[in-house]
Amino acid sequence: MSQSKVIGFAPGGEDTVTIYERSQPGRRAFVAPPIDVPEAPLEELIPQSERRAEAPALPEVSEPEIVRHFNNLSKNNFDLDTGFYPLGSCTMKHNPKVNERVAAFPGHARLHPAQEARYAQGALELMSRLGRALAEVAGLPHVSLQPSAGSHGELAGLLLTRAYHDDRGEPRTKVLTPDTAHGTNPATVRMAGYEVVKVGTAPDGGVDLDDLRRKADGETACLMLTNPNTLGLFDRNISEIARIVHDAGATLYYDGANLNAVMGISRPGDMGFDIVHFNLHKTFSQPHGGGGPGAGPIAVSDRIEPFLPRPQVVEVDPGNGTAPVYDLDLVRPKSIGRLRGFAGNFGVFVRSYAYICSLGGDGLREASDAAVLNANYLKARLAEPGIGEHLPIAFDRPCMHEFVLSGQGARRNLGVKTLDIAKRLLDHRVHPPTVYFPLLVDEAMLIEPTETEPKERLDGFVEAVRAVLEEAAEDPEVARGAPYTTPVRRLDEAGAARRPVVRQPPAGAEPPGDPGDARQVTSGSL
Amino acid sequence: MSRYTSITDSDRRAMLETIGAGSLEEVFADIPAEVRLDRDLELPPGMSELEVTEHLSALATRNRSADEEVTFVGAGMYDHYVPALVDSITQRSEFLTPYTPYQPEISQGGLQVMFEFQTAVSELTGLPVANASLYEGPSSVASAGYLAKLENGRGKLVASRGLHPHSRETLSTYARGFGSRVEETPLDERGATDLEALAAAIDDDTSAVFLQQPNFLGTVEEIGPLVEAAKRTGALCVCAVDPLTLGILKPPGEYGVDVAVGEGQTLGNRLDFGGPSFGFYAAAERYLRKMPGRIAGETVDVDGKRGFVLTLQTREQHIRREKATHNICTSQALNALAGMVYLAWLGRRGIVELGELMARRTDYAREALGLEAINPGPVVREFAVRVPDLDRLMESAREDGVNPGYRLGQDYPEYPDGLLVAITERRTRADIDRLARHAAAVRDEVPA
Repeated sequence: MSQSKVIGFAPGGEDTVTIYERSQPGRRAFVAPPIDVPEAPLEELIPQSERRAEAPALPEVSEPEIVRHFNNLSKNNFDLDTGFYPLGSCTMKHNPKVNERVAAFPGHARLHPAQEARYAQGALELMSRLGRALAEVAGLPHVSLQPSAGSHGELAGLLLTRAYHDDRGEPRTKVLTPDTAHGTNPATVRMAGYEVVKVGTAPDGGVDLDDLRRKADGETACLMLTNPNTLGLFDRNISEIARIVHDAGATLYYDGANLNAVMGISRPGDMGFDIVHFNLHKTFSQPHGGGGPGAGPIAVSDRIEPFLPRPQVVEVDPGNGTAPVYDLDLVRPKSIGRLRGFAGNFGVFVRSYAYICSLGGDGLREASDAAVLNANYLKARLAEPGIGEHLPIAFDRPCMHEFVLSGQGARRNLGVKTLDIAKRLLDHRVHPPTVYFPLLVDEAMLIEPTETEPKERLDGFVEAVRAVLEEAAEDPEVARGAPYTTPVRRLDEAGAARRPVVRQPPAGAEPPGDPGDARQVTSGSL
Repeated sequence: MSRYTSITDSDRRAMLETIGAGSLEEVFADIPAEVRLDRDLELPPGMSELEVTEHLSALATRNRSADEEVTFVGAGMYDHYVPALVDSITQRSEFLTPYTPYQPEISQGGLQVMFEFQTAVSELTGLPVANASLYEGPSSVASAGYLAKLENGRGKLVASRGLHPHSRETLSTYARGFGSRVEETPLDERGATDLEALAAAIDDDTSAVFLQQPNFLGTVEEIGPLVEAAKRTGALCVCAVDPLTLGILKPPGEYGVDVAVGEGQTLGNRLDFGGPSFGFYAAAERYLRKMPGRIAGETVDVDGKRGFVLTLQTREQHIRREKATHNICTSQALNALAGMVYLAWLGRRGIVELGELMARRTDYAREALGLEAINPGPVVREFAVRVPDLDRLMESAREDGVNPGYRLGQDYPEYPDGLLVAITERRTRADIDRLARHAAAVRDEVPA
């Protein structure tokens, strides 16, 4: 079978064993510091009614075995530092190593969030500088770094919109989202207490202006838009869209997931957006961490500024010719309030600020240029005979940093679905594109190569896709049964949802601890 | 200068030729002139790696970190020791650089970590189901408020003033969106939630009641009667907990809460000036299909081999869009991994020993300071005192390299002279005695 032609990715090498299954009573990694105060009996300190009767069943494992456990688990992950990861809408660009180093400086990593401002001047200055840089990229004057991720930024944006309309005495009930929007947009609309109204897409892939004109009315609070949109297309009518939305008295919200296409080229503020969120883990190189941490700062126009979350970093000029002093402004009477504890994901700010310092203004522009060049090159190569007829481009226009193919041809011509192609690509050691999104395109594949990939990697991906399709033409069963070389093969997701097992089952009878260990007896006797 | 790219001039020519464009400008033709930026970004030019390192180092040295003073500041984030093991594992590229495990076949490592993490949270809280992390503590509290809204549609959220002030404020921020109002109830003269006032605030329109154990002042609440009062009219009871105290304090599942949430920083995460850390969220079984965040579930592959997947995704935005039960997408997977590694390191006995050590040192510190207690009842890691001349104590201690604690007055006008003192395993008896000497100086100067 042709599956033997590809080199598999090395499985972890061990059977699936959880850390709890490695646990043996009496083993340990932690050694407590000595008790240097009087050993008051615990029952004198905490009433029986509030004490825990039995220690939680955390694993009992030695340090060497903990290391092996997690190292082996790590080998079952495919990651960006290992290979190509064209996951559309996620901007899987290189995560510079220097960022990890500077984030770990004790002055950053060991700074308590309640440290007084006068002893945190470096941190506040960094936040202020990052905010100014983001404002310049967005073309909007005011920034809050507080939101923890893109979806948190979206929530901030709609709460700001609500506060803005309430302040004007004209509360509104609806938020418009295009049918191409990220799922977070409509979900956020509901969390912010609004009704979702969908706006259609025109044949050229942009917002359907007639539909927008029909739906934007006195009840419309906001239009949430991604530009370039999730099809990877820049909406040529953006100025007209902004006019329609603003004439209706609504705000225009920019989902910044796709900002990587336009840094230094076109700014959301100049397009007419009132509120923008950034994904520092996409555009500004914070490692994705297997699903976070990220950060979702927002930039806003003057009319939205009074409502920004508390606290805000402010720069105070002492007026005597000395350097500015930074502070956290907690007063802000019209603020929507906090969105989280303390001042945000500072460790992420450090990495993204370091990234901006490394690239500079010209480098950010070059990054966007290269991201768009790479995407258009890959799009052109995937249109070649042998591929293009099976995976036609959904909207045949120059794309920005990503583009959408439809697997309709492959399904019809070869009898394999987008899912099968994605799974077979796993055997070729590349991460598949985002699949089945956007919903508008049948059998969609959303491909975003990013600027940090060299031409050879893009060519390699093209050859992998070609090989999968050629193989499917001979025998579609291969792709339908893929993957073969991964640590596990296709998993029963329906079964997992029907009979959810979401934790290690508690041990029926927990084995007693080692009676020879006095400390264990103390602990066990709680 | 974009040093992380690798497109040479000849690559560019070849690529443009393949695209069929004479220049990159042609590719950007869809961007109308009126929205083009016709100048360079006004940002400094790029720097070498050496310059970046020096610049960031210069900024970092203008902060006073917990390495440079003996800090008794807590207030929700604590100066705990993070073992070397945690950094070594979380810095592995295989954990650091993938994204959300949408392709489970090549993400078993991350998915199994989530499953193990959910198990640990479930064990600690005594609740059957937990998610794989939320952003951090206060926004997790607020998310529980949204769950209550979806669950019963009622309009009022009742929060004890023992709940972290950031959690109360975040809850109010979110609640204005989903259409609930927050009513706060006071603490009593012992720094514990006033049971009568809490009970009086709860009515048929109460959607959820929010408690915290230990509360913000460090008081170990007499939690049973509070939960009982909370649930009297069918409201959800949400309790915020500090996971590192759950080796010695009763797990929230045992006192009948519907949802337990909290801040995960104490579990192997850096202080990082407030983030990133993680939030956790555990609940009674009946909320499994409504709770927010990623959830990993165990299953098998086509060969019958054990594996893990993201499950119950019909709760989530990428599947259900406006019908999702929350909007969260990117969460805090790497921080939750740090939490899991830390909990494995601490282990079943360690979490009890550490809790006992904190409780004993906290008790010792409260005695040693000899200041009037705001919360004279049981405490385990933090306590509040009245300081006769707080400014002077702050000043004299800080000159000696000791940060005495968190000024309560900034959040609690009712305690203008209040100081919140936090103890961790890093604060030795000698550290405590040093703070006590400064406390003695202000105590002795002011006539009783």
